[in-house]
Amino acid sequence: MNFDLSEEQQILVDSVAKFVQNDSNTERFRKQRETERGWDPEMWERMGEMGWLGVAFPEEHGGFGGRFVDLALILEQLGRGLVPEPIIPSVVLAGGLLSRLGDEAQREAFLAPMIEGRTSLAFAFAERQSRYDLHDCLTTAERSRSGWTLRGQKVWVLNGHAADQLVVLARSAGSQLDREGLSLFVVDGNATGLQKTAVGGMDGQRSAMLDLDGVEVAEDRLLGPEGEALAHVEWALDRGAAAACAEGQGAIQELFDRTLAYLKQREQFGVPIGSFQALQHRCADMFSEVELCKGTAILAAIQADCEDEEERKAEVSAAKLQLSRGGWFVQENAIQLLGGIGVTDEQDEGLFFKRLRVLYGLFGDADHHVDRFQRLARFERV
Amino acid sequence: MDLSFTPEQLAFRQEVRDWIATAMPAEMKRKADAGASFEHGESMQWHRILYEQGWVAPNWPKEVGGTGWDVGQRFIFQEELVRANAPELSPFGLTMVGPLLIQFGTDAQKQRFLPKILSGDETWCQGYSEPNAGSDLASLQLRADKDGDDYILNGQKTWTTYAQYADWIFVLCRTSQQGKKQEGISFLLADVKNTPGITVKPFLTTGGTYAFSETWFKDARVPQSNRVGPENGGWSMAKALLGHERTAIGGVAESGRWLQLVKRIARETPRGTGTLLDEPAFRRRIAELEMRHRAVTMANLRTLAAAQLGRAPGAESSILKIAGTEVYQEITELAMDAMGYGAMTWFDAPEGSIPEHERWVASQFNYLRAATIYGGSNEIQKNIVAKHILRLPTV
Repeated sequence: MNFDLSEEQQILVDSVAKFVQNDSNTERFRKQRETERGWDPEMWERMGEMGWLGVAFPEEHGGFGGRFVDLALILEQLGRGLVPEPIIPSVVLAGGLLSRLGDEAQREAFLAPMIEGRTSLAFAFAERQSRYDLHDCLTTAERSRSGWTLRGQKVWVLNGHAADQLVVLARSAGSQLDREGLSLFVVDGNATGLQKTAVGGMDGQRSAMLDLDGVEVAEDRLLGPEGEALAHVEWALDRGAAAACAEGQGAIQELFDRTLAYLKQREQFGVPIGSFQALQHRCADMFSEVELCKGTAILAAIQADCEDEEERKAEVSAAKLQLSRGGWFVQENAIQLLGGIGVTDEQDEGLFFKRLRVLYGLFGDADHHVDRFQRLARFERV
Repeated sequence: MDLSFTPEQLAFRQEVRDWIATAMPAEMKRKADAGASFEHGESMQWHRILYEQGWVAPNWPKEVGGTGWDVGQRFIFQEELVRANAPELSPFGLTMVGPLLIQFGTDAQKQRFLPKILSGDETWCQGYSEPNAGSDLASLQLRADKDGDDYILNGQKTWTTYAQYADWIFVLCRTSQQGKKQEGISFLLADVKNTPGITVKPFLTTGGTYAFSETWFKDARVPQSNRVGPENGGWSMAKALLGHERTAIGGVAESGRWLQLVKRIARETPRGTGTLLDEPAFRRRIAELEMRHRAVTMANLRTLAAAQLGRAPGAESSILKIAGTEVYQEITELAMDAMGYGAMTWFDAPEGSIPEHERWVASQFNYLRAATIYGGSNEIQKNIVAKHILRLPTV
C-alpha cells in the first residue's frame, strides 16, 4: 500500500499546477464566464495537445493507457483554478462511455477527435422527474426505417450547449421506472429536431435543456448493447462522482488555504483574528474535513476502475458523502470566517463556494449516496 | 500510488484468518462469536498467544521482535483481528513505551525491557497526567530529586489506566525548576510492584469498571539508569509518544468492531414483522456512520503508510484522534439507541436477561465518554493543529 505519487504522476501534477498558476487562474475563469460558451476552445485544444484529455483512455483508443486516478490528479489541480473546460462531461462521462461501449468506428468518429481537443462531448441522462434515479427515463427511442427516433426531454446536460456530439440515454423498451430497456445513442449536436436551450449555472458553467422532437439517429449510432445501458450508466456516473470529488478536493483545498491566509493577515481588536481560539478550533475542524476529503477522494478515484461493482459503489458513495457533508462544512465556514467580503462577487472565494455547491449535488447528493450505500448487499453482512 | 490487494496479500489474509480461528481458545472464541467484551486477563492471554506466534508487535522493527510486515499486511492483520472480535491488547507497552524505547532507549534498556513487553511478562501503564496537570501537561509537578545513583520521586499521577495490573509505569517528572516548564521534565521508568513508596488506587468509572487509577509516589527510589533520553529532555520524547498514542487511540479498529455490533443488535431486534435493521431510517443512520468511518480509516491508512516510509506520526495524528474518537462515540450512541429499553441494562444484569453481545454496551458507552478526553482532549488536539499545522498566530 502506497499513497505516494509515482514519478510520472508527480511530474503530471506539477505541470498541471504550473498551468493553473500561469495560464488559468480565477482571472481567466472570470473572463470565460462572461462568454456564451463559458470555456475556451483554444485552451481545450491545448489540453488535448498536452495529453490530459486522453490520459485515462487505453492506447488503442487514442489515449495514454493511464488509470482513472491519473485523470483525478489532473482534475484536483484544475479545481484550484476553477478551470471551466468541460473535462467531466466530455472526458469522464461521454468519453468514458464511448471508450467502454463504442465499436471501432464510433471511437474513431467521436472519441478520437475529442481526445485531441478538436471536439467536445456531453452526456444527457437526467430528466425533470428523475432526480438522481438513472433508470427513471421517459425519453423514448423507437425503431425507425433508418435506425431510431428519439423523443423526450433531458435537463441539466453539462456542456450540452456546446457539445459536438451528445450521448443520450433513452428508453428503447419497457416503461418509465424499468431497470431494463435503456439504451444509449450518440446524437449529433446539430441534428434536426434537437433543440438546445443553454442555461447558465450559478458556478458560471453552462448546461443545456434538451428537447428531442423526433430526432432521427442512424443504426450505427446505438452505443453498446440495446436495452442494457443501466449498469454502464451507473459506472459512468460513479466516475463522474469520483471526478467531482477530485475537482472538489482541489477547490476545497484552495478555499481553505485562502481562508487561512486571511485569518493570519486580517486584524481586529489589534490582533490577527486567527489568534482567537474560537476561530482556531473552527479551522482545525475544517482542516480535519479537508484531510478526510483527500483520503476518500483518492480511494474513490482508484476504485472507479474497480470491476467489483459493490466495492466501487461503496467507495464512491463514501467519498461523495464526505465531499457533500465535510466539504460543505468547510465552505460554509470559510465564508463565515471571511466575513462580509466572502459574499462579494469581487472576491474569488465566493466563486469556489458556488462551484463546490454545484459539485455537492452533481451525480448524487449526500442523501442519495447514504441511501445507495445502505442498499448494497455488503451492508447487511455482519 | 497503489491500494489494491495483491494475490500475496489475499493469501496472507487467508493465512491470518485461518490462524486466528485455530489459535483462539474455545471459551474466548465463544465470547468473541457472541460479541462479548473481554477483561484484562483474557486480553493478556491473547497477548501471549500472539507472542508465541511472533505476531504481537507488527508495528515494531523486525530486529527487536516485529513481524517485518509492510503497511498493507499490518492493515489486513488488524482487519482480521477486528473481524474475529479478538480481545484488544493493552497499548501501553506495545504501542507506547515500546516504540519510544526503540527510538530513544539505550541498548541496555532495550535488552532489559523490550523482550518482556513482547512476551507480556511485564505490563505497563502511563504516568502523565496529574491532578493539577491535565491539558496543561507541562506544568506537572511530580518531583524527581537526585540522590546517589537514584532519583527520589514525590508526588502524584492520575488517570493511570490499568495501573492496578501494571508491573511498570513510565512517568514524566520534574527534574528541574529552572527555565521554561517544558525544559525541566524527564522521562523515567519505575517498577510499580517492587518499589517501596509507590501506591496505586483504582477509580470506579461511570462504566462500572476500574479503568483508571491514581498513583502516589512517596520517597520512591528509581535508578538513574531508568531514565530514557537526557535529563530535562523528556518533553520532546513525551510529545513523540503522544503522536504514537494518538494514532492508536483514534479507535479506528474498535469503531469498526462496534459497527458490526450495531448491525448485529439491529438484526436481532424484532420490529413488526421484520427487524430494526430493516427500518430505513435506522439503516441510514448506520450507513452514514459506516461511511464516515471509512473516511477516518483512510486517514488512518495514510498515516500508517507515511509511518512506514519512516515519517514519524506528526501533528496530523491529531486529526485522527479528533475525527476518530468522535465517530467512535457516535457509533456507541447508535448501539445504545438500537437496544431501546435494553439500554437501561447494566453489565451485571442476570444471565439471560439480555443477549450476551448487548451486556457491555451501556458500560462501554459510559466509559467511552473518555475517548474525546484521554490522550490530550480533543480541544487540546485542535490547539495543536492550529499551532503546529496551520501555523495560526498566538498573542
